[in-house]
Amino acid sequence: MIREFGWPEVWMIVAGMRATLLLSAVAFVGGGIGGLLIALARTAPYRFLRTLAAGFIDFFQGTPMLLQLFLVFYGLPVLGIKVNVWVAAAVGLTLHASAFLGEIWRGGIEAIPRGQSEAAHALGLSYFVRMRHVVLPQALRISFAPTVGFMVQLIKGTSLAAIIGFVELSRSAQLVSSITYKPLLAFGLAGACYFAICFPLSRLSARFEKRYAIKG
Amino acid sequence: MTYRFDFGVLLPYWEQLLYGCLLTLWLGTISTVIGLSIGLLTVLAKRSRFPILRTAANVYIETIRNTPFLVQVFFIFFGLPTIGIALQPWPAAVVALSLNLGAFSAEIIRGGIDAIPRGQFEAGAALGLSPFKTFRYIILKPALRIIFPALSGQFVLLLLTTSIVSSISAEELTSVAQGIDSTTFRSFEVYIVTTLLYLAMSLLFAFVFKGIGRAFFSYPAK
Repeated sequence: MIREFGWPEVWMIVAGMRATLLLSAVAFVGGGIGGLLIALARTAPYRFLRTLAAGFIDFFQGTPMLLQLFLVFYGLPVLGIKVNVWVAAAVGLTLHASAFLGEIWRGGIEAIPRGQSEAAHALGLSYFVRMRHVVLPQALRISFAPTVGFMVQLIKGTSLAAIIGFVELSRSAQLVSSITYKPLLAFGLAGACYFAICFPLSRLSARFEKRYAIKG
Repeated sequence: MTYRFDFGVLLPYWEQLLYGCLLTLWLGTISTVIGLSIGLLTVLAKRSRFPILRTAANVYIETIRNTPFLVQVFFIFFGLPTIGIALQPWPAAVVALSLNLGAFSAEIIRGGIDAIPRGQFEAGAALGLSPFKTFRYIILKPALRIIFPALSGQFVLLLLTTSIVSSISAEELTSVAQGIDSTTFRSFEVYIVTTLLYLAMSLLFAFVFKGIGRAFFSYPAK
């Protein structure tokens, strides 16, 4: 039986935004922590750590996000870890975000003149204090625009979790499309929902980019 | 851990995987050619005298850039047939990828042209060069220098994005891999190999583009 495309169906799609936002938030927080570690490793004084971080970044920037999700989804069970799609999607996106945020923040850290780090060193500040109070606050501020830009990419990326069966905005639209036979409306509405989330972020990112471009 | 890796079962499928790589490269190349043309037209529309064209270009760019590629593909492949535009998976994939690249490359190209100081256009005019000659000899090369790295990065990104069209069963590397997965049930091995193939392709192209950039789009050494 074909269902009408009424308010319940509209609501079903819009409600999918909750899972999209939740997954994005988890991946962004997890990726923020991972990305910080990657950025620090990438700029560490030890060659071994730098190479390791560079390899991690290259792998995630050089392979499709969809395949990264597949690897986690089929790979974790191999390691003996039972996963549901929630965990697989969250882990996959977190790793992905770690690599991209790590690369963005590495750029920020390297943009801070070496002299500052050396001055802090000369003042007897430890590595941790140096990073925490001298380098990172400035590096993260410089990186603000690309970080928000990546957030948009990540939110759009969560749609791929639909392919491994995670029910979020895109998957809800797919389900509604198949029960109402109104794919144009269903996917159009899903697109509008993504737009409503991503467009303000894109604008914010562009505004900050301009602000730093003038200063730079 | 009781899982035994068995990459051997994949050996008979190496030709299929190679074929998948070629399909992916082909898909990426066609979409790049069409997408860059769309991008150029969009930039022209954005710089046009007519407000309607400028608005249309902006709406197009922002719509594509702020919605997921998956939804765009579904919209084109499942949605458009309901208003009489039915496309097979492969053409639908090309359309979706081209439209996607068009929007992203338009932003890159616009950025490159904006980065050329106005004085350079004026200098060309002052030398008595026609607008075309000014563009050809004074603007084009520095603009290409600026946008080449970003555009080549966009190509690699597009190559990775092609994997998503497997969801409308357009044939490329990922859908080939899914086919092998469903006959061998060796999901993890299949997807590791496939992922490494993508990695090899993107590293190769990053390397090639770097060489091209150094040879043609770098400033001469002093």
